[in-house]
Parts: sequence; structure tokens; C-alpha cells
Amino acid sequence: MTKTKTSRTLNKVFFLILCALTVVVLYPLFFIVNNSFKGKFFISKDPFSLPNGETFSGITNYVNGLIKTGLLSAIGWSFFITIVSVLMLILFTSMTAYYITRVKSRLTSGLYYMFAFSTIVPFQMVMFTMSSLADTFHLKNPLGMCVLYLGFGAGLCIFMFSGFIKSVPLEIEEAAMIDGCTPLRTFFGVVFPILKPTAITVAILEAMWIWNDFLLPYLVIGISTQYKTIPVVVQMLVGSNGNKDMGALMAMLVLSIIPIVIFYLTCQKHIIEGVVAGAVKG
Amino acid sequence: MEKSLKKYFLVFTLPTLIAFAFAFIIPFAQGVYLSFCEFTTVKNAHFVGLQNYIKAFESGQGFLSAAGFTFLFTIVSVCTINLFAFCIALLLTRKIKGTNLFRTVFFMPNLIGGIVLGYTWQQMINAILYRYETTIVANAKYGFWGLVILMNWQMIGYMMIIYIAGLQNVPTDLIEAAKIDGATGWQTLIKVKLPMVMSSVTICMFLTLSNSFKLFDQNKALTNGAPMNKTQMLALNIYDTFYGKTGYEGVGQAKAVVFFILVAAIALVQLSLTRSKEVEQ
Repeated sequence: MTKTKTSRTLNKVFFLILCALTVVVLYPLFFIVNNSFKGKFFISKDPFSLPNGETFSGITNYVNGLIKTGLLSAIGWSFFITIVSVLMLILFTSMTAYYITRVKSRLTSGLYYMFAFSTIVPFQMVMFTMSSLADTFHLKNPLGMCVLYLGFGAGLCIFMFSGFIKSVPLEIEEAAMIDGCTPLRTFFGVVFPILKPTAITVAILEAMWIWNDFLLPYLVIGISTQYKTIPVVVQMLVGSNGNKDMGALMAMLVLSIIPIVIFYLTCQKHIIEGVVAGAVKG
Repeated sequence: MEKSLKKYFLVFTLPTLIAFAFAFIIPFAQGVYLSFCEFTTVKNAHFVGLQNYIKAFESGQGFLSAAGFTFLFTIVSVCTINLFAFCIALLLTRKIKGTNLFRTVFFMPNLIGGIVLGYTWQQMINAILYRYETTIVANAKYGFWGLVILMNWQMIGYMMIIYIAGLQNVPTDLIEAAKIDGATGWQTLIKVKLPMVMSSVTICMFLTLSNSFKLFDQNKALTNGAPMNKTQMLALNIYDTFYGKTGYEGVGQAKAVVFFILVAAIALVQLSLTRSKEVEQ
């Protein structure tokens, strides 16, 4: 009996520790939200207090920030590039993975190793040559970005898809083929539906990467076009001017975090499962 | 079946292969070649042999000091992240109320991008340091610990999730048996739970290791290497060599090749470790 009693008090202590940790984790987010509602000259003077009558600035920071940076269009382009790239990745890499897993030849195993190899190469290795190649072939636009993401993300996707396809029994596909399905109909009618759980995992991992990716859009699209993505705009806002508008910066940081938090809270279960599956397999 | 599928090679693979060639195969091959060349654009390259590699390691290039900073940062952050994440995972597998909510909150920072996170923390750390009339870029120590704290804040939740999954897979009868044999909580943890989650430990170690080693966005946003490139990590050093000064593109590419070899070595060690574990089980 004494043992359960001590473990119950212990659990209470642990509960308090976890509550304290929650505050620590959430504080930085609260910090930027709080300061985004203060006048820009008050932020550096007293960054930790709540806004009051004198320091409260309403949505001025948000308005100023949006006018200065064009963050709204960046959110739009981030959505466009992320969604189109992820759709292309799922469609094309699952087809490729299916082919190189089901057809056994020297070519397919060579391709498989090439794709696997590409996953360990850091971006710095190819950044200069890739962006000059993108320049030559007119890929410096949102659709071109999607092509680059398809190529650079293909390795991980193919690795994960073919890991799963190996475990799918051949009999179903053979039955479909005997019934007269072409390989394409077999793939889309029979195999692709079975791949759904892996497709969700892949989609989540790639979406998180592409949405947050900074260097590729920064180098390829650059800062002088209308196609900037969210991380590029945030970097520009801070990096460009000497006396920066702290209020606008806070407001823009808040706005760039909101979409990802909404995404997380709506499909939390899939995201956590997907990330674990990706970590264990990758 | 294989035969009828075989004819469809281009239908199934062409889009991926074209994109893969543009984004990886050609840039990679060019990159390896250009590391032996002097150039300012891809078209005006001429072969200079190993000269870039020799230059890369000269002390004025900052590559070695960046490597030192990167190694130190990686060691400290791998240790702290995994220790904290494992402890929190232990707390969250004790059936304390609110576990799901805690898990949700702790994982959230992992989804926010490095640039946005970097500037958020820069603002907060500066707000604290402002009281002592200094900033994060004044002293390399502030930058180092700032980066360690940032990475802990971001990655603990992620590693915690993997440790929780591992701990939940430990069979309860093993723990019951240990209790009946009179094992204390500490003994159960060290002798039963820890050996059973070693595969999770390996995964987390390498995830934190490669993420810390390749860190770029957070480093760029938090300090951008200041003061005087003392908080510059390898990836940022390579970036600055490419785009900071003209005429050093070849040196930058040579550094990138060295960086790639280091990253690949880490990945190969990981692969051989996980392979040998699979055989044991």
C-alpha cells in the first residue's frame, strides 16, 4: 500500500514538472504573439510585459508587415509549391518505385542504389550547380521548383515506397493482369490503393520539408521575384534593413507559424505516426 | 507479369528520372568535377587539380574552425537532446493524466521551420541579454548555447515520440517479472527497459547527429556566424565561401565535397550498426 501511495505522490510531482515544461515549450510562441501587438518602439524596452493602454498597437504591426513584405502572396506560393510538389512526388515516385521493385534487372537495381545514395548527399554539395542548371533550363519559377523538389525528394520517397511494395503479395497483381489489365491499370486500380498508408507518411514528411525549406527557393527563385516563399520573406525582412521594424517582424513570425499549427492540430495523429514511421524506416 | 511490365519502363519512370537528373545526377557530377576547377560560373571552369582542396584547409578559410564548432555543437546537442527526450518519454509512459496533451505540445516545435524558429529565438535571447546591455552576436558563447537551447527546444519532442514508441513496445510481462523478483524502479530501467529500447536509441542518436551536423537554417537565422564567424558551422561556411566572395567558388565546392564525405561516413556507420542489430534479433 505504501508503494502505491509514494508512486501517486511521485506522479503528482511529475505532473507539475510536465506542466512547467509545457510553459517552457510554449513561451517562445507566446513571446512573439505578445510582442506582435505592441508598438515597435516598446518592444526592445520591455519585451516581457503584456501590452497595456500605452504600448498596445492593435493590428498596426500586421498591416505594416504585410504591406512591407507581401507575406500573403508568399503564403500562397508556399501552399502552391508544397501541394503541387507533394502530389507530383506521390504520383511519380510511387510509379517508379513500383517498376524498379517489380522488374528485376541490372538497370533497376542500379537506379535503386542511385536513389538511395541521393538521400545521404547534403544539399550544399549540389546547391551551386543545381541553381545554375535551373537558370539554364528556365526552372526559376514555382513549377520549376516543383520539378526540383520532385528530383531531390525522390530518393526518400522511392526508398519508402519500395520498402512497402516488397511486402505486397504478387498474386493480386497477377490476377489483375490475367483479367486483361494493362500494367498502368493494374498499378492505379490495384497497387496504388494498397500504398495509401505509405503515401500519407511520405506526403507528410515531404510537405514538412518543402514548406519549411529555405535555401533551395532562396537560391533558385531568389529575393527579387514575386514568387518568394514564407522562409525567404522572413529572411528578407530581417536581413535587408539595418533599423528593422521589430513589431512587423514579430507579426510576420506569428503569421508564418499559424498555417503549420493549424495543419498540425487538424491532422496530429497522422503527422506523429508518419514522422515515427519515417524515422524508423529512413 | 514482369515481362509485360518491362516494356513500360519510360511510362513508369520517365518523369521521376528527368527531375532526378536535373536536381541530383547532373549537379552532383558537375559538383565533383568543379571541385577540381577554378570558376566563377559553371561555364568558365578550368582544371586546377587539388589546389581547391589545399586552399580549403588553410586557416584563413575558416573551414577548420567551423568544423571545430560543428563537432562541439553536435556532441553537446546530441547528448542533451537524447537525455532530455528519454527522461520525458519515461514520464509520459507512466499513465499520468494529460499525457496526450503534453505529447502534442512537446512535439509541436518540430514542425516550425528553421528560419522562423531562428529569428523567434534570436528575438527572445536578445530580449534577455538586452538587460545586461549585450546581444547574442557579442560573444561566441551566447551563440553556441543559444543554438544548443534552440535545437533542444526543437528536437526533444521528435525524439521523445520515438522513445515513447520504443518504451511502449517493451513487453509488460518482462517488467512484471522484474518487479516480482524485487527489482527497484532504477534497476528495471537500466536492466530491462534500456536494453529493450536500444534500437530506438540508435535511431535517435543518428537522427540528432546528422541533423545537428548538417544544421544550416537555424545557424543562419540565429547568429549568421557572428561574431567574426566564430559561431559559423560547416554548412554556413560552405555557403559563405560560395556566395560571400567571388573567385572562391572552387574552394566552396571542394569544401562541399569534404562535407559530403563526412556526412556519408556518418550514414554508413549508422547503416552498418542497424544492419548488425537486425541480425542479432
